[in-house]
Amino acid sequence: MEQTYYNPADLKKFGNISEWEENLGKKFFDWYGDVFKEGALTAREKSLIALAVAHTVQCPYCIDAYTQDTLEKGVTEQGMMEAVHVAAAIRSGSSLVHSVQMMNKAKKLSM
Amino acid sequence: MIKSLHARQHALAQQERQVALLEAGQQPSFKEKLETIGFWPLKPSTIEIFQVNVGYMCNQVCKHCHVDAGPDRKEIMTRETMQLCLDVLKQSKIKTLDITGGAPELNPNFRWFVEEASKIGVGEIIVRSNLTIILSNPKYHDLPDFFKQHKVRVVSSLPFYDASKTDRQRGDGVFEKSIKALKMLNAVGYGEVDSGLILDLVYNPTGAFLPGDQMQLERDFKMSLKKNHDIDFNNLFTITNIPISRFLDFLIATENYEEYMEKLVNAFNPVAIEGLMCRNTISVDWQGFLYDCDFNQMLGLKVNKNAPQHISNFDLDQLTNREIVIGQHCYACTAGAGSSCQGATAN
Repeated sequence: MEQTYYNPADLKKFGNISEWEENLGKKFFDWYGDVFKEGALTAREKSLIALAVAHTVQCPYCIDAYTQDTLEKGVTEQGMMEAVHVAAAIRSGSSLVHSVQMMNKAKKLSM
Repeated sequence: MIKSLHARQHALAQQERQVALLEAGQQPSFKEKLETIGFWPLKPSTIEIFQVNVGYMCNQVCKHCHVDAGPDRKEIMTRETMQLCLDVLKQSKIKTLDITGGAPELNPNFRWFVEEASKIGVGEIIVRSNLTIILSNPKYHDLPDFFKQHKVRVVSSLPFYDASKTDRQRGDGVFEKSIKALKMLNAVGYGEVDSGLILDLVYNPTGAFLPGDQMQLERDFKMSLKKNHDIDFNNLFTITNIPISRFLDFLIATENYEEYMEKLVNAFNPVAIEGLMCRNTISVDWQGFLYDCDFNQMLGLKVNKNAPQHISNFDLDQLTNREIVIGQHCYACTAGAGSSCQGATAN
């Protein structure tokens, strides 16, 4: 039988993290719930941010959860992909911007 | 165009197979769920809507259709059965006649039925139109005027405000035709403020997920349809896909069935019970048999046998006191913000 480190069924067990540390687990889920409530940002905007971050941290559970959530919230497929591109742009940009440090160092060392 | 389950002689074309599959799941039964919150047996409130399915024939074959409608379906209500419906409406004073199908306009007696209902002073006549029927043949081009003449409330499916999602669910070119039909309805005054001509749209998810917030989606639809197509409408109703018929087939074929049912059960919202449409609606099939809703009709689950099961024996008091027939598919109407032919029920 094929074994993988990630099991899709484990997403439903997310709540189980409270079993070994109930107090902190409860605080986390209360806070998590409040974070995604409608505020200055709409619930849909928050869901799109979550989808983008899910790709940045490359969490398969989060990608499954927020793909479904953004679809339910009526985000278009193009909108979902644009959000992932935003995440990818920041991620690649963060690598490239460090090349300034590389250039600075190289210039300092070179004649 | 895909074919109906009936045309394909698919196992799920048999109502009993669908019911057996739904009831064999591992989820807690809907009855148990109602018992825990004190709503068993489920009873009607007041019967306000008389929903008549005048036939399963349709010019479209949508992937999610709970009716399994299509051009090959020949079940059509006769004028005699329509007359029995009109007699009931006249005697019972039920205020709303909700005409559905298939494409109800394909019934050769459709216009007669609307005209007669209008004559006897039915408070509100709803026609669930798929929009594309208006453009399908020149003889239907005047439907907007006909609807206007009888002050019909038009309720039309449009699963999304762009072509890609709409066409994937309803067929190639359906979005473009729907937009043309909506413009024709707008042209005679439908959707216009203070015209008294109501045009509502129905959103249902284009896949195995629940509908989002009805108000938010209505804002999105209004903004997009106005900006891109200069179209106006009144209300958007969000409807959850019921796991029966062609949507059930889709769920099974894509291995989404278990997860979807689990999602419906986990999203059970007791607040949605109050506004369940089976509590204020009677559904009539093309042969005149009575059901608690259009979904039960498609599963062949007639109203409780202690109540009259045919239009010819209609008795409002007995039907108001009946026990509503339920099953696992009912979880779709109680999930999240609730779902009915009039949209979300627990906002």
